[in-house]
Amino acid sequence: MPDLIKIGQRIADMASGGEEIEAYAIWERETSIRVYNSEIESLTTSESSGIGIRVIRDKRVGISYAGTLEDDDLKRALEEARDNSRFASQDPFAGIAEPDGVDGPKLNLWSVDITNTPTENKISLALELEKVTLSKDRRIKSLNSSNYGDVSVESAIVNSKGIASYTQQTYCWLWAYALAMQDDETQTGFGLHASRDFAGIDLEYAAQEAAYKSTRMLGAKKPKSSNLIAVFEPDISSSFIGIISSTLSAEAVQKGRSIFSGRVGENVANSRLNLIDDPSDPRFFSSANYDDEGLASRQNLLIKNGSLKGYLYDSYTARKEGVAPTGSAIRGGIAGSCSPGPRAPYIEPGERSKEEIVSEITDGVLIQSVSGIHSGVNPVSGDFSVGAEGIRIHDGELKEPIKEFTIASNLQKMLLDIRSIGSDLTIRPSGAAGVTLAIGNINLSGS
Amino acid sequence: MIESNLVEKVIRSALSRGGDFAEIFVEEKTTFSASLDDAIVEELSSGTARGAGIRVRYGDTTGFAHTADLSENGLLRAAQAASSLAQNSSKSRQIMALQERVFSPIDPLKNLPMTIAKDRKIELLKHLNDAARSAGSAIRQVGASYSDSLRRFLVANSDGVFVEEEQIRTRISISAIALGDTGMQGGYETVAMTKGFEIFQDLDIEQMALKAANRAILKLSARPAPSGQVPVVLNGLGGGVLFHEACGHGLEADHVLKESSVYAGKIGRSVASPLVTLLDDGTVTDQWGTFHHDDEGHISSKNTLIQDGVLVDYMWDQTQGDRTKRDSSGNGRRQSYAHLPMVRMTNTYLMPGESTPQEIIADTEYGIYVSQLGGGQVNTATGDFVFGMTEAYLIEDGRITAPLREANLIGNGPEVLANIDAVANDFSIVPGTCGKDGQSVPVGCGQPTLRIKAVTVGGTAGA
Repeated sequence: MPDLIKIGQRIADMASGGEEIEAYAIWERETSIRVYNSEIESLTTSESSGIGIRVIRDKRVGISYAGTLEDDDLKRALEEARDNSRFASQDPFAGIAEPDGVDGPKLNLWSVDITNTPTENKISLALELEKVTLSKDRRIKSLNSSNYGDVSVESAIVNSKGIASYTQQTYCWLWAYALAMQDDETQTGFGLHASRDFAGIDLEYAAQEAAYKSTRMLGAKKPKSSNLIAVFEPDISSSFIGIISSTLSAEAVQKGRSIFSGRVGENVANSRLNLIDDPSDPRFFSSANYDDEGLASRQNLLIKNGSLKGYLYDSYTARKEGVAPTGSAIRGGIAGSCSPGPRAPYIEPGERSKEEIVSEITDGVLIQSVSGIHSGVNPVSGDFSVGAEGIRIHDGELKEPIKEFTIASNLQKMLLDIRSIGSDLTIRPSGAAGVTLAIGNINLSGS
Repeated sequence: MIESNLVEKVIRSALSRGGDFAEIFVEEKTTFSASLDDAIVEELSSGTARGAGIRVRYGDTTGFAHTADLSENGLLRAAQAASSLAQNSSKSRQIMALQERVFSPIDPLKNLPMTIAKDRKIELLKHLNDAARSAGSAIRQVGASYSDSLRRFLVANSDGVFVEEEQIRTRISISAIALGDTGMQGGYETVAMTKGFEIFQDLDIEQMALKAANRAILKLSARPAPSGQVPVVLNGLGGGVLFHEACGHGLEADHVLKESSVYAGKIGRSVASPLVTLLDDGTVTDQWGTFHHDDEGHISSKNTLIQDGVLVDYMWDQTQGDRTKRDSSGNGRRQSYAHLPMVRMTNTYLMPGESTPQEIIADTEYGIYVSQLGGGQVNTATGDFVFGMTEAYLIEDGRITAPLREANLIGNGPEVLANIDAVANDFSIVPGTCGKDGQSVPVGCGQPTLRIKAVTVGGTAGA
């Protein structure tokens, strides 16, 4: 395993007078197993590494990358980044992060049992997942695939201003994609469980989720259009929370591309709503000791009691506004640059269960799945329109399953139209956490 | 990229423990990108990644390993890792002699992106920015980006295939944001081709920028889209993604053979309106999904999938083809050397018909006219899809009237195909990025103007 800090330091040390250099070095090892019909469909094993270099010269930014850590490639990449900087516009705020004195949370996110576990055991787990999922319900006809994957990642960010951060993390996950049939109808369901260590993987959870999700929509009908209350299950609200939080990126705000630009102090949501981004919370799969510029992860309060408190900053957007960075830099891989964004957002849970929330609704729908969320949500205008599936709610009770409809509203309106916040905080492997949310004034469009 | 004798040695090593098939794929990809935002050229980024992916198949099982170490030791180590599962396999096979290397070079007339000065690329972005802002003071933000890539690969396998290929791709895009009393609205345009810098000889940058800017301005006065089921006329420039999503994915043989496609077992049967003829065609000159050879070394081809509403064939890669003892249709693609190839679309399009677009609109009493669609998503097992309208208008009494705000369309692939009741004689292909199992590849989506009898629209106004 290469010494990433040493490699990064060597590059950062090449900064000549007035030049700023940042090196992001990464090394990872991964396993990926796919099983179908009691046979291994594919087994992938690999090690890979790479470097991303950012140079600021004369207040101009240049970026370059290489898919190896070999000396010649590193030197070539540095020269390329320097050359690229010549063509960028001068920007008085251009720069890399400076140490800000905030200590990282010192989380241990690395587990040796992922590399120590023999591949055969990982294969057995994927095979077992297929078997267990099939046994859950006789309507489950087959699994499109049953999968195990793990990755061990090490990365270092070293810059010429004295930042030298090192992170190591492991993840493994198990997922099944089940097909259920009844009469002539087919439905699908995805079940996933993820963990930082191999021992923490919960096969039963993934199998149960795939079985439940693939069978619950069998017999579902297209509903009539109406305006009603929608209850988002935690899985669904996590996507909604992720989108809301991303509009609080200082970059979107400064560029006038956020519905929340210039609105700090305003009431933007239901007065019971607290929105927090906390990548220092180890329960999140996106938690880390440092952000992608090497600044410490920390908790940031975004909305308190419905009032907008602030935005998420990387070093550039913070410098531009004369505020402190919030440790929110996210890098788009080795070839990408940094921009600020939510790393582990969640809504503080309320006091009531999903069942209690549903029991108070006369006319509504429990939303269990959404599609087209990327094409259907406009972060600039806030317009929201997505495909959905779920269960109709009448007089406080869950009734018939419904599918092939869309739900529409506007992000800003939805935050104000939140009726209840559930107690069931659920951390999803995708980053954001979810909680049951009841939102009024939703346009359901069906037949 | 690497010597023939080393290629052969690696394939032998990969099959040393047995197996039915072994392949080495070596790739080098150099990319360049630049973006402009808020009148500032923010940054230029460039670099190179290279490496090799080696796979070994025995029965239905594939072992795969990839490495960035292209030395003999590095490649042999990957070959051994890929063959680890074949340890107890009793099967072994003869390796076919590697055929004479087939080399698909870049047309020498094309401009290699890296030979073009960086400031010429930056000029394009500034030009886009100026043109978009000239559309009116309502335009408050303009973003533009340029990217190009040179991808070279070598693929050789135990069947004797030995191909080297070079692909150049160039892409430029603009997004304009307009501010009005109703808030902010965005307009977006992209041009992307499998072609070098000469793409800009024929491209009117100013028109492209104005189109995006005017779209944003127009949407300021847009009214909420209706909700419910309405007739939808899809303009040729906007709608190809519908066929990519609504039926393309379901016609990929990997989904079909696992019976997780609504089109499984339907060859020879009617699956669409008789007005529908659908092709997947990797040979269309310079389009975004075009190539000489696919990523398994098969020559690209033009395949008819649906003819006059009847399902003719699926799309195949080497693995799915071998399973059913037939040839690949040239649809084996991979994001990079670090990914396993699978069945992917190239340029998927619906053939033009006989009506004119004007006739179709005039014949529509009430409905929605869609001139640009955003991204979409499909469940191949059920055929259910959803995609966003980024530019749409109301049709009233056979005329296009008010612009509409963004909303999603939702439907079912087979139902929509059966519900196409008019197809026009115009045609265009637009570029897109297709995601499947975590891998992204460039594709083209094409269609003439056409009408679907009824689609569910998820607006916020009553139908």
